[in-house]
Amino acid sequence: MDKIWLVIKREYLSRVQKKSFLLATLLTPLIFPAIMGVFLWIAMDESDNSALRIIEVVDENNMFFIESSDQYAFSYANGDTEYGKNLVKSGDRFGFLYIPKIDLNNPSGIVFYGDSNPSMNFISYLESSLKRRIEEQRLYESGIDPEVISAYRTKVNIRSITLDNSGEEKFTDATVNYAIGFSTGILIYIFIFVYGNQIMHGVIEEKSSRIVEILVSSLKPFQLMMGKIIGIGAVGLTQFLIWMVLISSVSFFVIGYFGMQMPQQQVMEMANPQLTSSINTETPEIAGILEVIKEINFVKLALTFIFYFLGGYLLYGAFFAAIGAAVDAPSEAQQFMLPITIPLLIAYMGLFVFVLNDPNSNVSFWLSIVPFTSPIAMMGRASYGIPLFDLALSMSLLIIGFLFSTWVAGKIYRIGILVHGTKINYKTLWKWVKSG
Amino acid sequence: MEILSIKNLNKAFGPNKALTDIDLDIPQGVIYGLLGPNGAGKTTLIRIINQIIEADSGDIYFENQILNPNHIGQIGYLPEERGLYKRMKVWDQLIYFARLKGLSASLANERVNFWLDKMDIKNWKDKRIDDLSKGMAQKVQFISTIIHEPKLLILDEPFSGFDPVNADLIKNEILELKQKGITLVLSTHRMESVELLCDHVAMINRSKKILDGKLSEIKQTFRPNEYEVIIRNEDRILPEEWEVKWEDQIATFNIKLRDKTENESLSYLMQFGEILGFSEKIPSMEELFIQQVNLNSDG
Repeated sequence: MDKIWLVIKREYLSRVQKKSFLLATLLTPLIFPAIMGVFLWIAMDESDNSALRIIEVVDENNMFFIESSDQYAFSYANGDTEYGKNLVKSGDRFGFLYIPKIDLNNPSGIVFYGDSNPSMNFISYLESSLKRRIEEQRLYESGIDPEVISAYRTKVNIRSITLDNSGEEKFTDATVNYAIGFSTGILIYIFIFVYGNQIMHGVIEEKSSRIVEILVSSLKPFQLMMGKIIGIGAVGLTQFLIWMVLISSVSFFVIGYFGMQMPQQQVMEMANPQLTSSINTETPEIAGILEVIKEINFVKLALTFIFYFLGGYLLYGAFFAAIGAAVDAPSEAQQFMLPITIPLLIAYMGLFVFVLNDPNSNVSFWLSIVPFTSPIAMMGRASYGIPLFDLALSMSLLIIGFLFSTWVAGKIYRIGILVHGTKINYKTLWKWVKSG
Repeated sequence: MEILSIKNLNKAFGPNKALTDIDLDIPQGVIYGLLGPNGAGKTTLIRIINQIIEADSGDIYFENQILNPNHIGQIGYLPEERGLYKRMKVWDQLIYFARLKGLSASLANERVNFWLDKMDIKNWKDKRIDDLSKGMAQKVQFISTIIHEPKLLILDEPFSGFDPVNADLIKNEILELKQKGITLVLSTHRMESVELLCDHVAMINRSKKILDGKLSEIKQTFRPNEYEVIIRNEDRILPEEWEVKWEDQIATFNIKLRDKTENESLSYLMQFGEILGFSEKIPSMEELFIQQVNLNSDG
């Protein structure tokens, strides 16, 4: 046990003390908040710096009135086309909107003149203002009061609630589940590949530099393999935890900073969910999602995540170690990657095609039970609350699967690390597994 | 007393026999030469002694106890193909190997300091192996092998890769370790180092032991009873069957004594002139090695 601990410590420290680890750990989580910050900054910059833009309107119908906003004001001087164009040319106006006499049933010929290309947002703002006015006018002409219509306009929102057999009610939301399953499943998938590869390269390094023969004269090959797998896993866990802390704190500061300067409601909502309770009636979707998030047992979710995160890593990590032991160079490893890649891809595709769309289907059930796919697939069911039986079965099978994979990998590893310069194929590997 | 005793050891890799019925006794405190051509089974034997692989059958006793994992800390091993973590610092690396052999942290510190000093590489302790010369790295490797002061030290081709200066340093280190009572096993096919260092030798060929014993006794056993004679003969007339090499009046040739004693032979030879030299031809290990390997390969 002491010796495994020494190996774990070496594997862990030799990686954590590297500059590249420090850079990757500190920079990766900054990327998302940084991108968010840049966008917010540009958006704010635009709204701060642009003076009010005035648009001249010539309306031959004498019917349209477009409301001015923070950025755009509309002036009606009853001039003609030439007058409007000249105002734009001389720079007195940002743009000129010309509305000829139109047929309300088939409006056409409306033109906007500007000194530069107007933004999509602005054009759609104009379009919706005109559209609303035309609709109102047409309703009015057919004898319907537009006020009545808007009074009848209703919004429908279905809230789904799960009832468990004890009668407890629980809000659920497919969107929230999707987001959680999607992000945690992908994280586990990436984690297995990135750190599995590190295991493989570490084993190849020890084998090709012949350190391994000295090492195995001091400790058992199995101890060496497990020490490496656990040590690198600890590196991954460390990196992950640092990311969580960094992402949440940096995001908090970025949103907080811009939230102070930008009075828009959305930003405030992001920064401070309590505020939204006052606008519940206006935005039932957001309120619903918040309610669902409140209902999720985050401690349980986090524990489930960490279990499958580590279980999946250990299961596949052993195989990565076995492959590293069987080959002499990383380039030879490719031929043995298929048995790892295929089940992981099945789990990944299964997560998107089946589990996230229908967590209770048969396929979803089996994907989340079989140990080779469960670490990724189970996360798609996690936020719905998994029946205890499913969870227990899946977890026990994952533990058995990991013990089995370690046992098989240990046999290959033990022989492989001492074999040099021989062409290895699946038949040889199978012989190694059977031997001894 | 034997530090290591091997009884009837067998190992096969699939259909290939690597070791066949090997019996070996390695006495305490000697330098033991394990000789044999490439592929004879030396490395397999060493790996079994180091408990890296298991024998198919047979027993190994370390100080009269069945060899078990507790003995790992008392055996040191320098493999023929050796390596270090290239990106690890000298100090960290040596501490790591020392701790793996079961040394406590404080003892490991003490020993590493001692050996860095002794091998004159103290200034390099914070350098990575990458940054060292090959000879320097070899010294670090050697230290890592003996850092736990094993009772039995197994060196597989210890001089390969060393330049003459460092090879000499290692040779002296080996002799010093022997002085301290450490038993050394040298696996090699470099015969000059065997003659110089070994007390005992065992020769392995094609998975079988073909010879073992004290070096001096082996040489006695295999001496061909041949003498080199140097005689000054002014007439340059000597019996034809002697195959004489002439240099002016000096004749050099080999004779077999057959049933005569040395004195009888000398008095016989004196009649042919003034005897300048008369010495027994002792076979070199090199000759013996080639002779034995060929003998066994033919039969």
